[in-house]
Amino acid sequence: MRTAEALRMAVEALRVNRLRSMLTMLGVIIGVLSVVILVAIGTGAKNAVEKEIAGLGSNIILVVPGQVGLGAAPTQSRLDLSDVAYVRRVVGDPSKVTVAVNSGEPVRVGRVEVFATLTGTDENMPHVFDRPLRRGRYLTGTDVDTRRRVVILGSEVAAKLFGDVDPIGRQVTIAGVRFRVIGVYETVGSTFGVARDQEVHLPVTTAQRLIGLPRINGIAVGASGPDEIEPLRQRVVAALAARYPDETFSAVTQTQLLGTIGTVLGMLTGVLAAIAGISLLVGGVGVSNIMLVSVRERTKEIGLRKALGARGRDILGQFLIEAVLLTTIGGVIGILTGVGGALLIQAVSPVPASITWWSIVLAFGVSAAVGVFFGVAPARRAARLDPVVALRTD
Amino acid sequence: MSHDERAGRRDDERAEASAEPGAAGAPAFEAIGLTRSYRLDGGVQVDALRGADLRIGQGEFAAIVGPSGSGKSTLMHLLGCLDRPTSGTLLVNGVDVATLDDARLADLRNRTIGFVFQSFHLLPRTSALDNVALPLVYRGAPRAVRRERARAALEAVGLGHRLTHRPSQMSGGEQQRVAIARALVGDPRVLLADEPTGNLDSRNGEEVMGLLERLNEGGVAVVLVTHDADVAARARRQIRVRDGRIERDT
Repeated sequence: MRTAEALRMAVEALRVNRLRSMLTMLGVIIGVLSVVILVAIGTGAKNAVEKEIAGLGSNIILVVPGQVGLGAAPTQSRLDLSDVAYVRRVVGDPSKVTVAVNSGEPVRVGRVEVFATLTGTDENMPHVFDRPLRRGRYLTGTDVDTRRRVVILGSEVAAKLFGDVDPIGRQVTIAGVRFRVIGVYETVGSTFGVARDQEVHLPVTTAQRLIGLPRINGIAVGASGPDEIEPLRQRVVAALAARYPDETFSAVTQTQLLGTIGTVLGMLTGVLAAIAGISLLVGGVGVSNIMLVSVRERTKEIGLRKALGARGRDILGQFLIEAVLLTTIGGVIGILTGVGGALLIQAVSPVPASITWWSIVLAFGVSAAVGVFFGVAPARRAARLDPVVALRTD
Repeated sequence: MSHDERAGRRDDERAEASAEPGAAGAPAFEAIGLTRSYRLDGGVQVDALRGADLRIGQGEFAAIVGPSGSGKSTLMHLLGCLDRPTSGTLLVNGVDVATLDDARLADLRNRTIGFVFQSFHLLPRTSALDNVALPLVYRGAPRAVRRERARAALEAVGLGHRLTHRPSQMSGGEQQRVAIARALVGDPRVLLADEPTGNLDSRNGEEVMGLLERLNEGGVAVVLVTHDADVAARARRQIRVRDGRIERDT
């Protein structure tokens, strides 16, 4: 028998039991839909994080005390400003090295109070990181050297404290100390869940006095090009290790971060896809079930077809095509609704969703495979029916 | 594969089939010591056929008669290769069916034998034309050829005006004529009819019998199973089956 003919017969059989076919497909549709949507969300999250990392600036090396890695406990920092000067000498270009001291503090203007991340840094920060200003100016060397009480506000902090009023030149209070606003950053979004628009930058020296500790949290080094990153990283780590033989230091590059984050989020996406895949499997069981019912119902028809010259494999083909048609139509509907759903999520929710072609191809392939896998048992049962027994059934 | 190739191959196969040993001049059916036993669910063994010797020549018109439970339907199912004998030998057109696998047996049913059943066994929700064309589907005939031959077969049984009607839109007599057209469409050498008039009134039954007679005159062997004496009387030969044995052959 020709495939076109078998296909026509299968379409006809599905049309006759329209409601039943639809309900059976629904299981496959939900499975495929969830695969497409969950993979889109996983991929979207990965893309968003990668964009955030890239958005920090280019060719950055972050030097922090202790081990950096999954599950590593944060280490008490032993670095101070003299180490920054040391790293500057190692790197050679002082402007390519900057520093960070972090602390969470409430920032107040009159009665309005906002909890912000205070980051003490220096005049070289804009040479290392991408951090465009909306208004005002960056920190200067003098700000740092003279421990000036000046701040640059993240866009969100500025909006919360001052609303539409221009904050430049105005006063904010942090831990009882008054600071003058000298700049406002552009909105940059968040990195690793750190809302960078909620940051307040101030001179590192001022920050250390405010916190009451001479420590710093990390040093950031900007390499001059992608090829410079690795040699520079090794040089900095080696230099720090020579200076502090008992301590470990880590210098992470963006590439490493991207790799680590990518692995984690890739795993997450895989897990999500696997969970969705299980629902697709359940849909397949539904197909198998309904095909068995169909074979039983059409026992007489199968007997007749055999009497008229259908071979076992003609009958097998007919029922297999029917099952595969059921799952692939379900698969296509699932893909369409899944893509639609992912676009909708992207449009109306903060969850990033990114549709990937491989998830679509995979979903379609798997749904077709589910049809074959779960259609084989009922189809074989049909193919093996004895024509006499089948014709006798009433 | 193109339509032409298919059609060409079909003709080749047919030429090959007629060249098989014993095909020329062999009787349509030759049964030697045919038995068929089966077990009921309770484990009771039923010997439906207890050794039948039978020879039906090409172009014959024979009726298998007997009371219900006599084994006449079992005999017909065996002749039609819908069932395999428990023991004994059956030659169809000189070919021992025991040597054929499932696919070849299906091919034999498709090309050599036409079936007519008491309850018609037409596919519901399917037009008369498509019902009749069904045997050709399993031969791989192209759609255009199938439709043309199905139309001709329906015209031959006087239903040229009912091509697109579905079984539910036709009378019993018309449905049985569609079934006969379906049995004919593949040019079989034998037509096996199981109580073909059993579900019909006398007028429609008469019409169907007339049709079978005409077909027989055209050279097709007709073997019908019936317990209706009037129907059986129309056949030139009567094979009486009783308790799984052929009691009389006249």
